[in-house]
Amino acid sequence: MARKKTDAPADPGLGATDAAQRRDLLRSMLLQRRFEERCAEAYALGRIGGFCHLYIGQEACGTGIISMLRPDDYVITTYRDHGQALARGISARAVMAELFGRSDGCARGKGGSMHLFDRNTNFLGGHGIVGGHVPIGTGVGFAIKYRGGDQVIACFMGESVVNTGAFHEALNMAGLWKLPVVYIIENNRYGMGTALERASAIHDIYQRGAAYDMPRGVVDGQDVLAVRKAMGEAIHRARTESMPTLLEVRTYRFMGHSMSDAVSGTYRTKAELEEYMQRDPINVLRAHMETQGEIDDTRMAALDDEVKAEVQDAWDFAEASPEPAPESLWEDVLVETTT
Amino acid sequence: MPIVTYRDALNQALREEMQRDDRVFLMGEEVAVYQGAYKVSKGLLQEFGEMRVVDTPITELGFAGIGVGAAMVGLRPVIEFMTWNFALLAIDQVVNAAAKMLYMSGGQYNIPMVFRGPNGAALQLSAQHSQAFESWLAHIPGLKVVSPGNPYDAKGLLKAAIRDDNPVIMFEGEMMYNMKGEVPDEEYIIPIGKGDLKREGDHCTIVTYGKSINLALQVADAMAKDGIRLDVIDLRSIRPIDTEMIAASVRKTNRAVVLEEGWEFCGVGAQIVDYIQRDCFDELDAPVVRVHQADVPMPYARNLEKLAKPDMNKTIAAVKKVMYLP
Ligand SMILES: Cc1ncc(C[n+]2csc(CCOP(=O)(O)OP(=O)(O)O)c2C)c(N)n1
Ligand SMILES: [Mg+2]
Repeated sequence: MARKKTDAPADPGLGATDAAQRRDLLRSMLLQRRFEERCAEAYALGRIGGFCHLYIGQEACGTGIISMLRPDDYVITTYRDHGQALARGISARAVMAELFGRSDGCARGKGGSMHLFDRNTNFLGGHGIVGGHVPIGTGVGFAIKYRGGDQVIACFMGESVVNTGAFHEALNMAGLWKLPVVYIIENNRYGMGTALERASAIHDIYQRGAAYDMPRGVVDGQDVLAVRKAMGEAIHRARTESMPTLLEVRTYRFMGHSMSDAVSGTYRTKAELEEYMQRDPINVLRAHMETQGEIDDTRMAALDDEVKAEVQDAWDFAEASPEPAPESLWEDVLVETTT
Repeated sequence: MPIVTYRDALNQALREEMQRDDRVFLMGEEVAVYQGAYKVSKGLLQEFGEMRVVDTPITELGFAGIGVGAAMVGLRPVIEFMTWNFALLAIDQVVNAAAKMLYMSGGQYNIPMVFRGPNGAALQLSAQHSQAFESWLAHIPGLKVVSPGNPYDAKGLLKAAIRDDNPVIMFEGEMMYNMKGEVPDEEYIIPIGKGDLKREGDHCTIVTYGKSINLALQVADAMAKDGIRLDVIDLRSIRPIDTEMIAASVRKTNRAVVLEEGWEFCGVGAQIVDYIQRDCFDELDAPVVRVHQADVPMPYARNLEKLAKPDMNKTIAAVKKVMYLP
């Protein structure tokens, strides 16, 4: 397969932000945070059922990565998908309604927390089988190249995924065929209760890219601006050279693995948790903006109020949304063939 | 008799068999440090150490295969799948390796191992996490398949599975781990392939296994109030299957309902109906009726999930149908 090779290095300004963009990033992360705090509440009240995996602490990853995408690019991810769905622009209403299992949800109440989908924003789903979506994301990269497009797909996954066979098979093909996929490893240090050092033979996850001759890098996942820069370079390679990238984003989850997992105590200490919580991604950006004189306590409080109102509106909307009609049980199994 | 949870009954079986035979080891995700995703292996790491209670990366295909290899050369692995949904990743090792090794080696390599974990739906876990796979594996010659529905059976069958010289599949249930029941202190083994008549009645037979047995018993209790007496067969083993118990019961009641958690099409229930028509054609007073999950992936929304699952009302309606009751 022919590929265009650009010798010019990526624009060093890639991922740079102005004050308005930084405010948008801050708002997006804050929205995710307040949204998920209410999710925890809704879960305790039984409004949300099943498994519910919160993204709190990791917001800078999804926000930074997705803010670099064009509307015609694609996103695919795991069950830990609320934050990314919101960052991609699925409305808080549609996400909350999905979590409540209502007909106005972004998957009509069929998918729930782990399976947010939205065709309008090219959000190709939250997926529940660890590793399963990595070949799928790679297939989207194949389709982009097949059609000669210059889109990219951001394929998010936890660090445990790199140990699966599906990951290896998929990344080898992406490296072999030069597919425009950015594999984002959200390394939050644990897969459920297993520390990465207990599951992976090598600990610098991004080095796995070497096995597939794939450009690779690692970035501070608590710093949304740094994430944007790293993603900027990866996107540049994907769009201009159709090259995949493996990007390890180092982060930490502030909550338990899911709502049924203790926040700390079994496999990580409270002290460790508290240490990582010092670097809250929202505070990291806020501190940066403060030095630029772009935010202060009053403006932060106003933003917080605005975001909380949006989340309350989403909750009210979800609660008012009807349950899926009983006959919808039988819909969506197969589609009518029209040709 | 001591009252024990299903979870602890499994734990006792593992502990006793590991004490008895040092070739037995447990491997899977979160089985050691985390003490089991559902705490089935609680305390085992502490008692037996990390060579015998082994945490794996998320690599179902890999660790299932490691189990097969270890079994070929004399160990007796118990492979825990966090749920059977994830075991689909390992199906190659279960079906192409464990189930075939003895036959294709002309009898030289038997595979004494257990693959176990929760199967079927819990609550609102949606399409990828709510599947019942027993018909898939029961389809395969070379495997034994068991599915206990209470703590007593869970312990006795797991011990039998670990001692069996063949690959045994054990389907547990997330919703059963907290279930309590009597488990004697004395050792016992439940033979694989023997059903258990859990209620006796003469009006109609319900044949089921696993988690659904508890639903069948509730139905039997509810219908007994209206004077309807049900024979409730808990197969416990799906392969081999206790066809004699099924036939004896249906010859007595002349009617049968077959209840299973999974989908209808090519389900275990279809096989049971086939046995019934073969063995009891002349004794049947009504076509056998099956109760099962709706023929759709499991939806998330609570109301839809409820519609999709077998329940008391659907099962009672099925019994009434075969009894020609209004
Ligand atoms: C194939 C498979 N095996 C096991 C599981 C159960 N499981 C769900 S999430 C998870 C841990 C994944 O950790 P990681 O990839 O690091 O993502 P994180 O949850 O940390 O975001 C496990 C073991 C699963 N969903 N799929
Ligand atoms: Mg992780």
